[in-house]
Amino acid sequence: MINFLKLISRNKLALFGGLLIILIFVISFLSPFLPLKDPDITKTSDRYLLPFSEGYFLGTDHLGRDLLSRLLWGTRLSLLVGISAALISATIGSILGTIAGFYGNKTDNIIMRFIDVLMAFPYILLALAIVAVLGPGLFNAMIAVALVNIPFFARNIRGVTVTIANKEFIDAARLSGMNNFQIIIREIFPNILPVIVVTISTTVGWMILETAGLSFLGLGSQPPQADLGSMLGEGRSSLIVHPHTSYIPGAMIFLIVIGVNLFGDGIRDALDPRLSKGELIKPQPVTLIKSKSKISEDRNNFLSVKNLSTAFEFDGKTHLASKNISFNINKGECLGLIGESGSGKSVTALSITCLVASPPGVITDGSINFKGENILEMDYENIRKLRGNKISYIFQDPLSTLHPLIKIGKQLEEAYNEHSASKENEATERGKELLKLVQIPNIDIVWNSYPHELSGGMRQRVSIAMALTNEPELIIADEPTTALDVTVQAQILSLLDELRKKKGLSILFISHDFGVVSQICDRVIVMYGGKIVEEGKAESIMKKPRHHYTSQLMECVPHIGSGKRKLPTIMGSPPSITDKSDIGCLFANRCLNKKNECLTLDVQLTKKGDSEVRCLFPNE
Amino acid sequence: MNDKMQILKCNNLSKFYSKSSSIFNKQSSRLRAVNKINLELNLKESLGIVGESGCGKSTLAKMLAGLIKPSSGEIEINNRNINDYSNKDLPNHIQYMFQDPISSLNPRKTIYQSLSAPLKYLRKLDERQIDQEIKKIIKEVNLKEEFLNRFPHEFSGGQAQRIGIARVLLSKAKIIILDEPVSALDVSVQSQILNLLNDLQKKFELSYIVISHDLAVIEAICDRVTVMYFGEIAEQAKSKDLFEKPLHPYTSLLLKSVPTINQKIKVSNLIETELPDPLNPPKGCSFNSRCEKRIEKCKNFIPDETIINDRNYKCFNPLNK
Repeated sequence: MINFLKLISRNKLALFGGLLIILIFVISFLSPFLPLKDPDITKTSDRYLLPFSEGYFLGTDHLGRDLLSRLLWGTRLSLLVGISAALISATIGSILGTIAGFYGNKTDNIIMRFIDVLMAFPYILLALAIVAVLGPGLFNAMIAVALVNIPFFARNIRGVTVTIANKEFIDAARLSGMNNFQIIIREIFPNILPVIVVTISTTVGWMILETAGLSFLGLGSQPPQADLGSMLGEGRSSLIVHPHTSYIPGAMIFLIVIGVNLFGDGIRDALDPRLSKGELIKPQPVTLIKSKSKISEDRNNFLSVKNLSTAFEFDGKTHLASKNISFNINKGECLGLIGESGSGKSVTALSITCLVASPPGVITDGSINFKGENILEMDYENIRKLRGNKISYIFQDPLSTLHPLIKIGKQLEEAYNEHSASKENEATERGKELLKLVQIPNIDIVWNSYPHELSGGMRQRVSIAMALTNEPELIIADEPTTALDVTVQAQILSLLDELRKKKGLSILFISHDFGVVSQICDRVIVMYGGKIVEEGKAESIMKKPRHHYTSQLMECVPHIGSGKRKLPTIMGSPPSITDKSDIGCLFANRCLNKKNECLTLDVQLTKKGDSEVRCLFPNE
Repeated sequence: MNDKMQILKCNNLSKFYSKSSSIFNKQSSRLRAVNKINLELNLKESLGIVGESGCGKSTLAKMLAGLIKPSSGEIEINNRNINDYSNKDLPNHIQYMFQDPISSLNPRKTIYQSLSAPLKYLRKLDERQIDQEIKKIIKEVNLKEEFLNRFPHEFSGGQAQRIGIARVLLSKAKIIILDEPVSALDVSVQSQILNLLNDLQKKFELSYIVISHDLAVIEAICDRVTVMYFGEIAEQAKSKDLFEKPLHPYTSLLLKSVPTINQKIKVSNLIETELPDPLNPPKGCSFNSRCEKRIEKCKNFIPDETIINDRNYKCFNPLNK
């Protein structure tokens, strides 16, 4: 709760709105206790007095009634009616929406079609019709406004409920023996409550306006009772001669609605976890670079990464995701980057063409030399020319990297046209040629399909084709086979290997799977907790892992042919990005060979056999 | 043998989804998800169900747990038809552990609240007993007591999976379906969870049905294995027999495709990998278009189940005969 208030108060406008609303509430609800004149006493001798007249702070209306008193009493009434209407329609609308969303099928159909019918009428017409049937009066106006707004709540809540009802924890609750009613009350309701609160907070202002509108038309509060709408209605007849009678209630309506809306938006932002973390801030096209050092630049290698550190900034702190990463890739070489989640492998891969989203990502140090040029010193236009051209990416899930609404062929053409100005049919020819290269059968059918119409393996072939469009020299493949079935994985791996040999491609292959990496890579880097812990030839690391992390991890991966058994384990879990311990070995507290020095000494990468290892007591 | 007591059985279990094309086209097509499956599970046994995505293994598992109604066929749990159990009683006998440990916990409830649900609704314990049971089980799965008042998002995948295991155990059900129990976890944490599952099985005399796409995981914890392809059982055998001597060419393809350290994959790149269209199943064996050992008969006839000793398969031209 305190957190919630903090979040709201961080938003200055919401804070202003909140304070305004509280002020209006306090004053108007205190009106029975304030030394005010009776709002309904008429005194025709004092008609139309201007504000600040003696005895009448805000002047009087056409019957000589005190405007200040009428305004406060009226505000109180309008607020009460507006809020009650909001609560009534929220309750009924949410119940209908939850039931429709949870039970689905016929129940859903019947309820939602009824709601659709309600929505088909213009709301004011519907409200008028309801008041016409019930008769004029403030209570009836409130009922009308509430009814008119039920569809809005029902539709919102239904949408949220459908999403939640399909979550696994609902099935889990069913397996815990809960019945439908218990599930709705105990599992679903807590999850839709924030949505209900947000919807109320953003509609209350609207409902106050609608009630005022009905009163203005003479269908709401009846004379002499004052509410904001009826005051406006009475003032209208003398708008030109005595404008203050309309301006005063008008200003109050304005203040209430603006206050409620600002505050409502604030609540919405504070309750939405994505918004409160600032994730909806549009990321920059290039990672923010705060590198201070200009390290000796190695211009001879094909790709040379030196001391690359990438961090994420959140909660006012900088958390390093990868620390001082240095490696080279030669022409035609496949380098494997192995690590578990949080090891910094993907961040490193994305940093190469500055693709880490900023905010929160920042490259804090290092240099990346690609064919003699430091990418980190390039401007955006030049980096853009590299991406998808000389350096291209293949990602884990092709369903989310391919555009769902554009046909495969069109996307391939686009990838080509973006980097090379082409004649009319050139892009099409190139695209089909590539589909053939990645061994897709029925090219013409695939060309005219949407991504969701293809299987996972076919989609990954398409994204490989797309990566190859502009004759890249380096392909960065981030877990390209993790989402695929084993039989498909085997084929994609052999396809990548074939293409590499045919085209002399360099590949940076990122994976968590030693088996996969050993299929395709020449050299391997093992990462742990953002650091390189071991680097060497694939064969020598697979046969003779020097770092205890590598060897223990390889042992505990189940492999086929050993039967049912107790598996070797590594205790604990990998470090998270917020764990900060820069002294000693990061793996020390999980290592079976831990010695005291491991916790206190600084551990550097050192040569051991064919490999480089960051360990004080490596395997012999 | 007393050990071979059968506690779960299904006969000719099928699930079809009807897909009506549009309101103008009344002709609806039937999508076949699971087709005529026969399974048995014995007491204290773990049965692995392995297959690629779309083979129907999750649909099958959810039917067994009563989460999806089958289109036809029967399920018997403890020699009693599944329909004879009430909704509140069935979870006392069979439980389901979900693949994604975090999304199977209500994000707005503490772990304590989530764990107390089965005790309250299934076992009808009072608050003091609930408290005792939860504290006991949390030790069983190697978690600390102070975790109980935290919310799901504060846990790592491995910890959340332990919580999932704890919840399943609290129901006292003896049959547990584990849906991809470790696929969402980090490699170094997988083996911890697999060992824990093995230990708990012995301690509480549980029977597991383990669903996974990962043959190595299945081998590490299962006694018997069922290989599914396109909604049907391709092959079923004791774990040891199946991994040493696969009979069905599909099983062999799966085994050959697993990438192993220091061993290049021997699968040719050119084999077709596309699954048949479930709206329009092939006339013959569903695997024939991908099969290396295909003979003429395979294109036109569907193989029947062949039973040899304690294993069975559906193939006209098996390997290692």
